[in-house]
Amino acid sequence: METIKFIHDNLGLIGERAIEHISIVFVAVAIAILTAVPIGIAITQSKRAADMVLYAASMMMTVPSIALFGLMIPLLSPIGHGIGYLPAMIAVVLYAQLPIIRNTYAAITDVDPTIREAAIGMGMSARQRLWEVEIPLAAPLILAGIRIAVVMNIGITAIAAYIGAGGLGTFISRGISQSDPRQLITGAVSVSLLAIVADLALAYVQKRVTPRGLAREVTG
Amino acid sequence: MIRLDRVTKVFDTPSGPITAVDDVSLEIERGQICVLLGPSGCGKTTTMKMINRLVQPTSGEIWVDGRDTSKVDPVELRRSIGYVIQQIGLFPNKTIGDNICVVPDLLGWDRRKSRQRAAELLEMVAMDPAVFMNRYPNELSGGQQQRVGVIRALAADPPVMLMDEPFGAIDPINREAIQDEFLRMQAALKKTIIFVSHDLDEAVKMADRIAIFRAGRLEQFATPDRLLANPSSPFVESFLGTDRALKRLRILRVRDVMQTDAVLLSVEDSLAQGRELMAASGLPAMVVVDAQGRPRGIVSESAVANGGGSVREHCVAVNAAVAIEDDLRAAVSTMFAHNLSVVPCVDGDGTVRGVLTFQAISRHLAIPEART
Repeated sequence: METIKFIHDNLGLIGERAIEHISIVFVAVAIAILTAVPIGIAITQSKRAADMVLYAASMMMTVPSIALFGLMIPLLSPIGHGIGYLPAMIAVVLYAQLPIIRNTYAAITDVDPTIREAAIGMGMSARQRLWEVEIPLAAPLILAGIRIAVVMNIGITAIAAYIGAGGLGTFISRGISQSDPRQLITGAVSVSLLAIVADLALAYVQKRVTPRGLAREVTG
Repeated sequence: MIRLDRVTKVFDTPSGPITAVDDVSLEIERGQICVLLGPSGCGKTTTMKMINRLVQPTSGEIWVDGRDTSKVDPVELRRSIGYVIQQIGLFPNKTIGDNICVVPDLLGWDRRKSRQRAAELLEMVAMDPAVFMNRYPNELSGGQQQRVGVIRALAADPPVMLMDEPFGAIDPINREAIQDEFLRMQAALKKTIIFVSHDLDEAVKMADRIAIFRAGRLEQFATPDRLLANPSSPFVESFLGTDRALKRLRILRVRDVMQTDAVLLSVEDSLAQGRELMAASGLPAMVVVDAQGRPRGIVSESAVANGGGSVREHCVAVNAAVAIEDDLRAAVSTMFAHNLSVVPCVDGDGTVRGVLTFQAISRHLAIPEART
């Protein structure tokens, strides 16, 4: 009851925090798409490069987020951004690399070699092949990677509240430090809801970018 | 039209260089179908892929339509050559219309013109454009997909087509139908076609010329009839099989083998006349025709020998006649089915044009023709 009253009284603040949260994830994942998709496509040219890049990206994933935030404080302090929005963004960009690179790489290498042969044999240049055939066919799987990155980073951004990045995580961190279950529950429920809604929305987008000719269900 | 001049391809592999194609020279005339035939690994597919530069020759020259292919930009070259592969390779993300128009779109054709062309091509293979233009490949049956694969290669009206076992993945019944359909189209289109196959029957049916490959070398290059009649080496002979004489039945037309000078009996003739004519002709039975020249039946040797009266009384009605455009295989099959040693050969109007006998067929098969 008290929690509901808290939510009711602080709707404006919750909205503000939610927008902060979304903007960190949205901007960071957008940047990550711009780097990870081209990297994923580029490494299809060389098995060795692919192995190296995928290894580096999975190493990145194994670093706990709180450790990464801690690490960035000394690194970014010299430019005055040891805490706050910037390190949170950087962390999300880094964490989003692996799922997007991995899915892009898998999706492009997965394209049926006979379809590729037909494309070459009919006189498509490498660029035309990529844009007209490979990327459309890879789109659902690439989007599945983006979806994983978004959902995962909504969670990581909640932790970024500890380095003053704002977002819905502040309710959780304050709830813990002030032993206030109302804030704790508000934060936990709203972060979870945001993740679920984002997941459903992206599932819908994924379905929309799947060419009608591809009947098979693509899952992340 | 297409000329290969001492073409060799050596692949460098970790276990040393492998010669896939060894000093092959070939010349294919405009409007002909040349089937490259041989066991797997004989170099036939590599040879074909060198023509549109999917594989670069190690040495030798390839000329297409008067152009040295090594001096043409490969992308431009490929757009001017139709390409069909066994796995079809339709783009699943594109509609049938867009699939057919891939090359016209690459060439920057006007969209209305190219879609119009796609509709015409669909009609040519008996697929309703209104139904199929906006469908996706996975909504089509295998046979329909293969037809689209073929007409896609024809879309920009290339003078040359390369076909890599294009009907290999289709069930036998559909394959026959698509082959027939393709030959009908080819009769009108007159493309110069390189067709890779490992199926001798298909090669005999489709080819104007057959090139038999073995271990990268061209063993024999000849018309199907000449190949079957005169294999140049023990390898070719064993590849063609022990029934190669029978395979020739498929190539030979009734019109080429039938006796056009054979005397026909009329229902009005007397049996005595029939006896005389039969003795003179040496035929085992006589074909009887009515006043319009249509086949009426057959009078056998025994009937002629023992009876009197008119031909009408002794004529046994036979509902079998072979068309002069049929191949001998169909004709022989009809003769077996109706237990006939003599069968009337009719033209499109149903008029008897000649008579076909087993004797004439065996004579024809036994003596290899000199024509090429």
